[in-house]
Amino acid sequence: MKLVAVSAGLSTPSSTRLLADRLAESARGELAAHDQEVETEVIELRELAVAVANNLVTGFPSPQLATAIDAVTGAHGLIAVTPVFTASYSGLFKSFFDLIDPDALTGKPVLVAATGGTARHSLVLEHALRPLFAYLHAAVVPTAVYAASEDWGSGGDEYTEGLPARIRRAGGELAALMAVRAVAQEPGEDDITALERQLSDLRFD
Amino acid sequence: MQFGIFTIGDVTPDPTNGRTPSEHERIKAMVAIALKTEEVGLDVFATGEHHNPPFVPSSPTTMLGYIAARTKKLILSTATTLITTNDPVKIAEDYAMLQHLAEGRVDLMMGRGNTGPVYPWFGQDIRQGINLAKENYSLLYRLWREDVVNWEGKFRTPLQGFTSTPRPLDGVPPFVWHGSIRSPEIAEQAAFYGDGFFHNNIFWPAEHTRRMVQLYRRRYAYHGHGRPEEAIVGLGGQVFMRKNSQDAVREFRPYFDNAPVYGHGPSLEEFTEQTPLTVGSPQQVIERTLSFRETVGDYQRQLFLMDHAGLPLKTVLEQIDILGEEVVPVLRKEFAIGRPADVPDAPTHESLRAVREVSAA
Repeated sequence: MKLVAVSAGLSTPSSTRLLADRLAESARGELAAHDQEVETEVIELRELAVAVANNLVTGFPSPQLATAIDAVTGAHGLIAVTPVFTASYSGLFKSFFDLIDPDALTGKPVLVAATGGTARHSLVLEHALRPLFAYLHAAVVPTAVYAASEDWGSGGDEYTEGLPARIRRAGGELAALMAVRAVAQEPGEDDITALERQLSDLRFD
Repeated sequence: MQFGIFTIGDVTPDPTNGRTPSEHERIKAMVAIALKTEEVGLDVFATGEHHNPPFVPSSPTTMLGYIAARTKKLILSTATTLITTNDPVKIAEDYAMLQHLAEGRVDLMMGRGNTGPVYPWFGQDIRQGINLAKENYSLLYRLWREDVVNWEGKFRTPLQGFTSTPRPLDGVPPFVWHGSIRSPEIAEQAAFYGDGFFHNNIFWPAEHTRRMVQLYRRRYAYHGHGRPEEAIVGLGGQVFMRKNSQDAVREFRPYFDNAPVYGHGPSLEEFTEQTPLTVGSPQQVIERTLSFRETVGDYQRQLFLMDHAGLPLKTVLEQIDILGEEVVPVLRKEFAIGRPADVPDAPTHESLRAVREVSAA
């Protein structure tokens, strides 16, 4: 199975990338424990920033960006992580998903996550990221993971789980959904044949 | 194989001096470009149709009728005729009239148009774009082939006992191309009717063009019009040439960087690598254009966009001179090499009339 994580972090190294890696590792480990082989790939949107802007202008992706879009749409599971900018996902994060065909993520298991300087922004996951992926008809897992700066150096308390426990829970939920929808793509049919099938009921007279 | 020029008819400031031509200057420039197209031995001139600034060609048959009177051999065409928002009855009448005046030197390329507000301005709904293209064309097809048409549809008032006049010249309707960039439904429409398919590839990567043309060819065969290699394919191209390729790049770069469609995006170098745009020597243009055959197979019509992004008329006419003198003669020779005998030429009025006479006999 193929698991792709998209990180919209801009600094190097970034805590957004760090969270993406931890979540991917959690889901991979959970699937491996059930004898499911998983190949993970992390896409850093920072490296695609200019290509994303060019695509917005020209209407088509550069080869490198096309590869990234194909990886996302072809994956069995997707982890989408953004830093919180001005009360929402970053513009780069949104622009990247603006370039994906609105039907291409239908039914895809998706785990959403975000990072920020303070925990006060954590509901961005629920009022910005979850609706975005709901619009794209993705299957977003119940646990969304927010990591504030302080989370990297603290544990849980009697009211809430610490970051590692939330990562474990979210990774487990994504793994379970991916295992259920194990066969996302059936290879063997080229684009043209698929188009022909769609067209077979068109009538022109 | 046919070679020609297609123009969008945009009024764009020249970025090197800030000068914007008047609408009048631009309209006269389009005519001058058409006359130059015939003068240098090219085959086709096609005008766009637009109904909003900064474009001037809202009335294609008026312009093409004027050009018809001043040319002898040039085929007059469109790129594209809006099959969605024009009344198909008016298209049938206008282009049949043009066909008579031009002695048959007329074909059309149907398109949906990409300007949202044009639909409501002409009383239509953009969400019905594909359905309008389908219904309107099916009516147009009948109006040119049946003397008396009884028709009812969803998008215009019914017709009872209607005859579109004048009837097509010699009873031969103008040949129709269907232009599309990304809608497989339009490739299907072209295939269904056995019409031509023009992929306006100039702003798109070759792989996309290959898929669309392949779909059209396969569906053309599926609908029983012939083998896939016999389908009628046209492509766009966009070039700027100087004897020395560095001079071409230097002169064209400000126009590229500020071009309305793709300006302020990728670099000239990236865009030439990813799309058919070729900026360089005539020899580079020849090699690039010949490579299109590897993408889509042997094809019938090659149109070049030469006059956009604010290029001055003088430069455009020079470019068409180079095209006619140095590029197209070589392309004609090279494209003929290895072209299977059963790959047809693009239909013309004469060839369609001959087919009609044979089938009537």
